[in-house]
Formats: sequence, structure tokens, C-alpha cells
Amino acid sequence: MTDIGLGHYLTLGAVIFSIGIIGIFLNRKNIIVILMSIELILLAVNINLVSFSIYLDNLTGQVFTLFILTVAAAEAAIGLAIIVVYYRNSGTIRVEEIDKLKG
Amino acid sequence: MENLHLVFPEIFLSLSIMFLLILGVFKKNSSKLIQNISLIILLITAVITFNETISVSEEKLFNESVIIDYLSSFMKIITLLAAFLVLVISSTYLKTFKIFKIEYPILILSSVLGMMIMISSNDLIVFYMGLELQSLALYVLATFNRDDIKSSEAGLKYFVLSALSSGLLLYGCSLTYGFTGSTNFDVIATQLNSNEYALTFGIVFILVGLAFKISAVPFHMWAPDVYEGSPTSVTLFFTMVPKIAALSVFIRFLYVPFSNLIEQWQMILIFLSIASMLFGAVAAIGQTNLKRLVAYSSIGHVGYALAGLATGTNDGIQSSVIYITIYVLMNLGLFSCLLMMKRNNEYYENIDDLSGLSKNHPMLSLSLLIILFSLAGIPPLAGFFAKFYVFKTVIEQSMYFLAVVGLLSTVIAAFYYLRLIKIMYFDEEKEKYDTNHSIWLKFSLTASTLLILIYFIFPSQLIEVVSKINIIQ
Repeated sequence: MTDIGLGHYLTLGAVIFSIGIIGIFLNRKNIIVILMSIELILLAVNINLVSFSIYLDNLTGQVFTLFILTVAAAEAAIGLAIIVVYYRNSGTIRVEEIDKLKG
Repeated sequence: MENLHLVFPEIFLSLSIMFLLILGVFKKNSSKLIQNISLIILLITAVITFNETISVSEEKLFNESVIIDYLSSFMKIITLLAAFLVLVISSTYLKTFKIFKIEYPILILSSVLGMMIMISSNDLIVFYMGLELQSLALYVLATFNRDDIKSSEAGLKYFVLSALSSGLLLYGCSLTYGFTGSTNFDVIATQLNSNEYALTFGIVFILVGLAFKISAVPFHMWAPDVYEGSPTSVTLFFTMVPKIAALSVFIRFLYVPFSNLIEQWQMILIFLSIASMLFGAVAAIGQTNLKRLVAYSSIGHVGYALAGLATGTNDGIQSSVIYITIYVLMNLGLFSCLLMMKRNNEYYENIDDLSGLSKNHPMLSLSLLIILFSLAGIPPLAGFFAKFYVFKTVIEQSMYFLAVVGLLSTVIAAFYYLRLIKIMYFDEEKEKYDTNHSIWLKFSLTASTLLILIYFIFPSQLIEVVSKINIIQ
């Protein structure tokens, strides 16, 4: 058994980050999935910061994590509100049908 | 804490925002009142910034996480004045769409507060908080006309792409923190060494995130949709104010924490700049909607501003700052014209609606002509000087390829500006537009046109003001 070190945590962070990015671009179904992917990206950053903070024996990373958690909550709230507004106007939240503005 | 007076502008602005929120809750139908108070607050904040910080050469507060220097003071004052003008000319538009609510000025104030924090940040955490305060307010502003499907779609797209770019930027921040051991810009600068492979990754992620915010190609895809869908007054805000803040953050990141890695980021910046200039020029040609056209033109203009930053000299930074200042002025004029194209409570925003404008509205089309010539960079208007300074510094650094591509894209971009002028002066005339505009709208159009027109008489004034910006020691 090998010890779990910084490298493992960074790899985990990178994998979750990539899943988040891929989730945003490959997802063709539902806008809620995009919201979840954004949350995954922020969590990957948090894993990175906390593991760096332990490794460097420096608290700044954990403070940064707390700020990111707070902002992520605010962002999710605003994101859901915007989705609700959009649903009221269009009756759908399927990603393929969000094309009133070309592009 | 003897230097606390240096952050008085931010403190005053945040207290005012809370006061306005409470006032809006307890007083019915107070949107007019809150609008007026917000205008006064923006002016007072600008005055406080001018009085307290303009003479400070460089001061750092709160464990060196906030920096007050000439660049930050100058950019803050420009931001505040631009926000003031946006707010003052947007009230008629908002009333027409029945979205003249108390939240509008308050959201603008909070995003301005976020930008001021961003401009002053000297630490990754402070920078991130400012950035998010700005973005969260801007998401809501883009969706502000919430019964309109276009506006809500614009807000949705802006939210998704902006949150994605914040995520990329944060990932870069976490790598930078991990490999330098600090979030402070000055410490990062001393700890950086170019052999660290992962650090280059961090810098690339941060630059990508910032390029998203400033809408540089290839991270521009949100801009045209968001600019077209948002209410016009919000589009005006988007094209001017966040760009000022994003550009000063760009300057700060490149020349403080990453200053030792200039070889690594210079190529990235040159690429961003060339791609933005060319794409902005070519993609604008086929557009039929004026707001969409402005989006592509703003992508192009960001490219010119980034060209100045790519040089890595103080002159380059100064020329970029001059560029963005003049660009803000030109955009203000352009959007004042757009907001004047109104007939029977309906706003017109297609290029066809400009046709024959000169027969019915000679003064309006003359101002639009001057503004469009200036955007195209035709001497002796202000836009020409802006481009001239940038290309002068680029050529002084022997970056000839960048200069040649920049000049070529200016020529391509001139095509669509001139096409607008041709439609305005030589096409069939249409019905008259309303002429009973608010005094502020007329004022902002006249003032911006006159400043663009007479800039060549006193070009040294702006250069003198900007020449005190010395980031590189």
C-alpha cells in the first residue's frame, strides 16, 4: 500500500475538474446538468486548495475555500433564479432549444 | 490602520448600497428617488477617490492584499464616471419597457463596487471576491427585462459561460497558490520561476479566465448573444464598464505576479490580440442587428487594447489605458444614438432602421458619422490617436507582425463602419424618429461627439494624465 500524497489529491481534483468541463460542453439535454457541472468545477478547485494548504502547512488555502463555498452558494441561487425566469418565458429548459439568439 | 482613508470610496459605496436597499424596501414607488440618489452616490464616490487617492504613488493595506496606486485611482474614476453616464441615460429606456425598478441602480452600484475591488486587488482572494461581486450583479442585469425571452436567454448564456470562466480562473489560482505558497501578488512574483511546469498551467488558466471576461477571441462566443439579448441600456454598461475593470486586472496580473514569466505569456497575448482584431473585423460584416455589430466591434477593440499590453513596457500599458478610455467615450456616443432611435414607444436596433437617417435627423446622423469615423480610426478623430499610440509602442518593440495584422484589420473593420454611413446618407428614408429625448441623452451624445472631434487640439492632456502610470519599475 502506498501512502496517499499530494499527487493523488491533485489528480482527483484534475479529474473532477475535467468531468465538470466535459459536462458543460457535451451536455445536450438539461440546463440543470450544466449547473451541476459548474458546481463540480468549484469543488475540484476546493479539493486542490485544501490539499495544497495541508501540504504547505499554510492556512490561506482553507480560507480561500470558505470564500469559494460561499460564492458558489450565491451563484447557484442566482443561476436557479435565472433558469426559473427562462422557463416561464419559453416553457423549456432543454439546452438544444435555447436558440432564440442565433449562435 | 492609519491608511484607512484610502479605502473610503469602497466603504462609502458599500454603505450606500445597503442604505438604498433598505430605503427601497420601506418606501413605496421610490425608483425615481433611488435612481437620483445613486447618481449622486456615484459622483461623490468619484470625488472621494479623486481627493483621497489620486496623489498616492503606491500604498498597500490589509496585509498587502489591497493596493492603491495611480493606475487603480485612474481606472476607478473612469469606471465611476462611465457608470454614472450609463445610469443617467438609461432611465427613459427602462421606463419604456416598464422595468424602471429600484433594483436597477442598486445592481449597477454593486457591480461597480465589485469592479473597484478588482481594480485595487493585490491578492488572489480579494481579486476573486471582487470579480464575483461584479459578475453576480451582471447576471441579474442581463436578465433584467425578465418577461422578455431574449433577455432571459441572454442572462442564462452569460451566467453559464461566465461561471465556467470563473471556474477556469479559480483552478489557475489554486495551482498558482500551490506552487508559490501564497496568494499575495508580490510574493507570487518573487516565488515564480519558469522551470515549474505546473505554474505555466496555472498562468494559462488564469489568462483564459480573464480573456473570457474581456471577451477576447477565442473566448468571445458569449458576447454577441448577450449583447443582443440584454436591454440596450445594460448592453451599454456591458460594453464599457466591465471592460475597464477587466483591462486593469489584466495589467495587474501580467505585470505584478507574472512579470518574470514574460516569455511565457507574451505569445499568448499576441495570439489573443491578433485573433480578436481579425475576428472582430471579419465577423461584423454580415450582421444585421446593430447591438450584435457593436459586440463584434468591441471584440476587435479589445484586441487593439491587448496589443498594447503585449509589448511588456510602460508605454504599452499607457497606450492601452488611453485606448480603453477613448473607446469608452466612443461607445457612449454610439449607444446614445441607438437610444435615440425610438418611435411610438418602440426602439429600433437593426441596421436597416438607420436608412436615410440624414434626411430626417441631420444632427443625429452627423454625430453618428463622427463617432463611426472615429471607431474606424480615421484622422483627426480621437479613435485614430488611440490606435496610433498603440501601434507606435508595438513598432518600437519591433513586433512588426502584430502591427501589420492590426493595421490590416483596421482596414477590414472600416468597411462595415463605412457601410453604416452609406446606409445613413444614401439609402431610402424612413419614418421620422421621436425627437423629445431627455436632456441627459442629448448631453452625453453632444459631449462625447465634441470630445472625439476636438481631441486632436489637446492630445497631450490625456497623455500627461496617463503617463503617471508606471507599473514596471
